[in-house]
Amino acid sequence: MTELPPSDVVPHLDEVRDRVAAPENPTDARRDGGCLRRNTAYIGQRLLGAATSLVAVIFTSFFLFRIIPGDPVRVMTHGRPVSVEQKEALTREFGLDKPLLEQFGHYLLGVLRLDFGESFQYNRPVLSMVGDRLWPTLLLVGASLIVSAALGLWLGVQGAWRHGSTADRVNTGVALTLWSVPSFWLGLILIVVFGSGLGWFPTSGMKTPGVEGFDAVLDVAHHMVLPLVTLVAVVYAQYLLVMRSSLLDEMGSDYLTTARAKGLRDAEVKRQHAVPNALLPTTTLLFINIGFVLFGAVLVETVFSWPGLGKLFYEGLSVPDLPLVQGLFVIFSSAVILMNLVSDLIYPLIDPRVRP
Amino acid sequence: MFRTNHRGRGFSTAVSGLLITLLACVTTLFAGSGASADTKDEKTLTIAVSQEVDSLSPFLAVRRITTAIGRLSYDFLTNYDPKTGKTIPALAESWSTSEDGLTWTYKIRDTKWTDGQPITAEDARWTFDTMMKDEAAATANGNFVENFETVSAPDPRTLVVKLKAPQATMLALDVPILPKHKWEKVTDFAKFNNDQEFPIVGSGPWIVSAYDVNNSITLTPNKDFWRGAPKFDKLVFRYIDDSDAQVEALKAGEVDFVSGLTPAQATALESADNITVNKAKGKRFQAITLNPGAKLQDGTAFGDGNKALQDPIVREALVRTIDREAIYKTAYGGFGEANGGYIPSRYADYHWQPEGDAVIGFDIAKANSLLDGAGYAKGSDGIRAKGALKLSFRFNVHGDNPQYIQAAEMMREWAKEAGIELKVEPVSEVGALLDAGTYDILTTGWSVNPDPDYILGINRCSGLPAKVGGPYLSDAYYCNPEYDKLYAAQLAELDPAKRAGIVKQMEEILYKDNVFVVWGYADQLEAFRSDTIGSMQPQPDPGGNYDSQDGYWSWWSATPAGEDSGAASGDDGGSNSGLLVGGGAVVLAALAAGLVLMRRRGGATADDRE
Repeated sequence: MTELPPSDVVPHLDEVRDRVAAPENPTDARRDGGCLRRNTAYIGQRLLGAATSLVAVIFTSFFLFRIIPGDPVRVMTHGRPVSVEQKEALTREFGLDKPLLEQFGHYLLGVLRLDFGESFQYNRPVLSMVGDRLWPTLLLVGASLIVSAALGLWLGVQGAWRHGSTADRVNTGVALTLWSVPSFWLGLILIVVFGSGLGWFPTSGMKTPGVEGFDAVLDVAHHMVLPLVTLVAVVYAQYLLVMRSSLLDEMGSDYLTTARAKGLRDAEVKRQHAVPNALLPTTTLLFINIGFVLFGAVLVETVFSWPGLGKLFYEGLSVPDLPLVQGLFVIFSSAVILMNLVSDLIYPLIDPRVRP
Repeated sequence: MFRTNHRGRGFSTAVSGLLITLLACVTTLFAGSGASADTKDEKTLTIAVSQEVDSLSPFLAVRRITTAIGRLSYDFLTNYDPKTGKTIPALAESWSTSEDGLTWTYKIRDTKWTDGQPITAEDARWTFDTMMKDEAAATANGNFVENFETVSAPDPRTLVVKLKAPQATMLALDVPILPKHKWEKVTDFAKFNNDQEFPIVGSGPWIVSAYDVNNSITLTPNKDFWRGAPKFDKLVFRYIDDSDAQVEALKAGEVDFVSGLTPAQATALESADNITVNKAKGKRFQAITLNPGAKLQDGTAFGDGNKALQDPIVREALVRTIDREAIYKTAYGGFGEANGGYIPSRYADYHWQPEGDAVIGFDIAKANSLLDGAGYAKGSDGIRAKGALKLSFRFNVHGDNPQYIQAAEMMREWAKEAGIELKVEPVSEVGALLDAGTYDILTTGWSVNPDPDYILGINRCSGLPAKVGGPYLSDAYYCNPEYDKLYAAQLAELDPAKRAGIVKQMEEILYKDNVFVVWGYADQLEAFRSDTIGSMQPQPDPGGNYDSQDGYWSWWSATPAGEDSGAASGDDGGSNSGLLVGGGAVVLAALAAGLVLMRRRGGATADDRE
């Protein structure tokens, strides 16, 4: 990304757009050709970067989890009446008796075919297990992303516009406090107060066994309230702070004075001029967080027994269930890499200042 | 200007209004759905579980949760009496043994699978035979058939097993017998998880009728079960990962039974309404193992264990510094039994414990005099040493077990008084240290089955690993030829009383060698809602547990609490819904007031600025 000039010398977005649109060269055709080349180079660069990261992730994933101490066969058979023969059979079945490089080759070939192998613990292909748990995670973490972004951005705008006011200080203080609270602890407190204490919400899980039809939709929504509140509470401060500081940067700008001088109302100056410009940095934050959606919220999913990917990863780690954790690591990382790529590609479209 | 302002305020009010209406609708609907779930006539028994299903195929299932479900849905040849733990008939009505103990004949009960097909000896033959021939089918229970020569079913009611060598455990074959007519169609047992077709055809008191991955497993009663149908209409295993969340779910009435409570949780629940806490005698022993010098089967030593622990006097002195009573009183909150015997006291037939002079008890003065006598003198740092042998030991503790850590810290203090240094290091995984032999002292714990064969077998010399890092079943590197001889004798002894005598001798040897040092048996702490469950059969009776029994007794025998409490739980539902609606209304009112105020103030400020 090109380095941004200090914000107070940055002209208004519309002016920039006009300037970029103005012909730099005598012939339009030649200008277009240069622009196309620059665009292609830019996109190519980003794609190459993403591909490099992906390859690095695929290699790391294999070796990273083999550093964790622990023998999957021992952990899985501990405390059970198994014979040495059974243990040896398991080691063979998992392919752990083969040399490391051979295991790595097998893994690489699998990844190329999008086959992460079978989970040691569950005897099922990793991808199908991911499929089972993708929706609960997307639902919970996706919803929390939308709510926390909306809430954080809105409060950030309010705070910056009237910075220093009591409301701003209280909002920022509360957000920062919640941000520093461990999510699992907050989750447990919410369970104790609103779950078993007041009885307003179910204490955990995603569904009540046996509830079907439209009731099931409500049932899931009902179960989702506490984990959602927990996730939003510990996350929305990010958006609030980024939005607040970015808007504060914009507030001294000349173009706002111009806008006011034109006779625009304060609310309009805020909504139509200041906020659109201040929103830019939050776009990156938003996309990075979308990338992390799949990773879920390991701790919150565990505290609330939400059957998502985060919980699956946690279970995989404790064995370690190598195919499962390798597969999840690659999938999680790919999502982050992909979303970063999308954010890099989209940014020039919404902010002409960084166009190649 | 004025019009814009007006429109803005109107818009925000409309949005707030819409939001409030929406929330109100949702809250009311929640209340509705909650009430409808509560007013069902079905009596459901809900058990909180934290383990996920590994596989519903009994050939593959190894976890506590799935082996328990196998127990409930498939009958075994024999079962264990809930009161005494002795073997009683199940799918096998009766049995007999040949003179040489090599041929066992079982008479199979005339009863039916849950799909109406008759159960025959051929089903049992097929189950064992498949485990003998197919490596994947032997994953979970292959150890039971390793000594089988042949299995046959000469007629539909007779099963004959011929053994390679006599074995006393032929009445403890904890193997679910499967319906051949369903299972012979399976092509790859390694891939078949038995979770596609419901209800699952079985023969136990409960039928697995639904499995919602990571949410719940639902079982319905087998009305034709030969021992009698279960009394509840439904048995649900519900996933709740976190132990504290399980306790909250029990308090909220979302589940009726939780197990694996910590002492602190059990104490807190004792004062809760409508909840009964059960302190059952433990199936599990807690112990430490002292590295006696890790060796392979061929005698090759490996690892870097402190050589001082190879001296029996040092081991005895160290054991003399352990106050077992204090460990259970403090670390386990009084919920447990201090006892040095290898097989827990709940198994009265096989349990042995030292008496009188044989007790190697807490006596720090004795420890000091033993070490003085053996020539271990205290250095300037207060730690004893003899030549290069310094009594300073690494003590690796399971980091996820707070009781172990607390007990280890207590032991460290006691040992210091005898001039022994224990360096307590909690670790996430002791397995790697054990496999490499790079430890001095480890914490451990084993769950013991009604038949002691397996737990005795792991400490044989022949059980030592064949190569470094190779499979090893135990965690002590114990090897004593005298013990091995007795092991073989007990396995071949078919007279239960004589066999128990040999088993007790083995426990005595193990105790005297001070390699496998048992502290005792922590109670199994469970709690249930007494407004849902009227009564249940514990095992053993009295003083037994309900969860993870050897048999299906608890959930099979559980009776719903009386009709009164049924009505009461309906009322609870009502008041919960009321609370929900009331609470929702309060929250909404506050939200509405806040929104309106904020909008008002926002508008005013904008006006002022203009």
